[in-house]
Amino acid sequence: MAPSRRTLHEILVTTPSFVWLSVLFCVPTLIVFAMTFKPADMYGGLGPGWTLETLRHLANPNYPAIIWRTIWLSAAATLISLVLSIPMAYYIARATPGLRNALLLLTIVPFWTNFLIRIFAWKILLHPEGFLKRALVAAGIIAPDTSLLYNPEAVLVVMVYTYLPFAILPIYAAAEKFDFHLLEAAMDLGASRLTAFRKVFLPGIRRGILTAFLMVFIPSLGSYVIPDVVGGPNSEMIGNKIAQRVFVDRNLPHASGLSAFLTLAVLVPLAVVWVVQKRTSGQPPTMQEVA
Amino acid sequence: MKRSPLPLLTTLLVLVFFYLPIAVLVANSFNASRFGGTWEGFSLRWYSRLWHEREIWHAFRNTMLVATTATLVSTILGTSAAFALHRYHSRLQRFHYALIYTPLVIPEILMGMSLLLFFVALKIQLGLFTIFLAHVTFCISYVAMVVLARLQDFDFAIVEAAMDLGAGWWTTLWRVLVPLLAPGILAGALLAFTLSIDDFVISFFVAGPGSTTLPIRIYSMIKFGATPLINALSTILLVFTFLVVLLTHHLTREHHS
Repeated sequence: MAPSRRTLHEILVTTPSFVWLSVLFCVPTLIVFAMTFKPADMYGGLGPGWTLETLRHLANPNYPAIIWRTIWLSAAATLISLVLSIPMAYYIARATPGLRNALLLLTIVPFWTNFLIRIFAWKILLHPEGFLKRALVAAGIIAPDTSLLYNPEAVLVVMVYTYLPFAILPIYAAAEKFDFHLLEAAMDLGASRLTAFRKVFLPGIRRGILTAFLMVFIPSLGSYVIPDVVGGPNSEMIGNKIAQRVFVDRNLPHASGLSAFLTLAVLVPLAVVWVVQKRTSGQPPTMQEVA
Repeated sequence: MKRSPLPLLTTLLVLVFFYLPIAVLVANSFNASRFGGTWEGFSLRWYSRLWHEREIWHAFRNTMLVATTATLVSTILGTSAAFALHRYHSRLQRFHYALIYTPLVIPEILMGMSLLLFFVALKIQLGLFTIFLAHVTFCISYVAMVVLARLQDFDFAIVEAAMDLGAGWWTTLWRVLVPLLAPGILAGALLAFTLSIDDFVISFFVAGPGSTTLPIRIYSMIKFGATPLINALSTILLVFTFLVVLLTHHLTREHHS
């Protein structure tokens, strides 16, 4: 193919998606930052001119508590998801092909199930009149007046439930490529099972763990429906505040300011993973690490 | 060598955790009791009640309209993007890749918020059309990633062979490329279709009066009661999802063998 024809073809197949995403993804993201400095008008739209009003409102004393809660809930959800998915991915990767397929299918079904339905299922399960509450009260584990719903713990459980498949799948993808003979070799050389797991297996699936971290932590930071449905007033997250500014007070500049903040917050874990990957890339586990 | 029982125990625990809420939901959809706390006998009354809900049918029609059009457009754009990313490695493609990849990691609420501001700033009337635009925007990336993964082990020598044997571009595209890549493209389209049907957050931000989709309807039912009806609706959607997963699984499996 002549170079000019090749270039023409490249432009032909690149342009549609490139233009669409530039206009409907890049431009809107930049607009979020710009609108933070616009005044709100009385009709829920945007007023003329520019102002720093929104930035002053973001200094609202309620926000630090909400931001802190957003971070710790997301971090806890990520940690629990990783702790559960690493052994599970290990088990799936070592299972026989038939069992492996069945387990993967069982992991993918909740992942494809409607997000609202999954949250709603928990609302039913944790309901004060529901079966779990009755069982726990009957077993004497909780007092009859304990509420399982509308608190940060309920939000945490449902976040783990929602994002766990996003952690299992990438870690499994990494574990599947891992050479399990390395573990046996490590133990033959005198490493304990735990040491072999920690020093050979974990570094071997590092890429999967990093992907899982991003896949759980980032959407968790942006959670809004989960605290909205199973959380109470003491479990609001940044996402809830953005939604309130849009749907309740209709103050788009405030919503923009909070969204701009969240966008910047999302860049932090991305940057961390980028640095970690850069520093340690291209080092598969070697026998030296075991010794 | 003896293996630790911990991985097996964790796997079982996670599976119970995954399916317990779903099982309770499905069981309750057949429960005659209004509040679902106690079992009052098997009943299909919530399903028949659901059948007569006009608003749900309206929302269902909207959802299907958006999902089919958004799937069609995003499959074309996403497939073409995957081809570009696979065949060319210029600086333009590095930008292109970032553009495709970033929407996958950005929280949905940010995409919803930014699109809302974009439409408000341009004074575009919010409604089904803005939902369609938003859905295509997030579906492109998923389709592109699925098709790109299939292209990784596609042998482009076949294309050159076809052209050497005298096939034109159009013939090569439709008689060689599309049939061979059909399972991958179909898997991408199915993913786009289910993502579009399921999307709540982004749709909620860019929806206007009269453009209620099924997830938006489900959300307001969750917020304002009507519990037994959602149980029934959820069960129907669960069965549908399961069939789609099986189909996709079949498509991708066929590809590996």
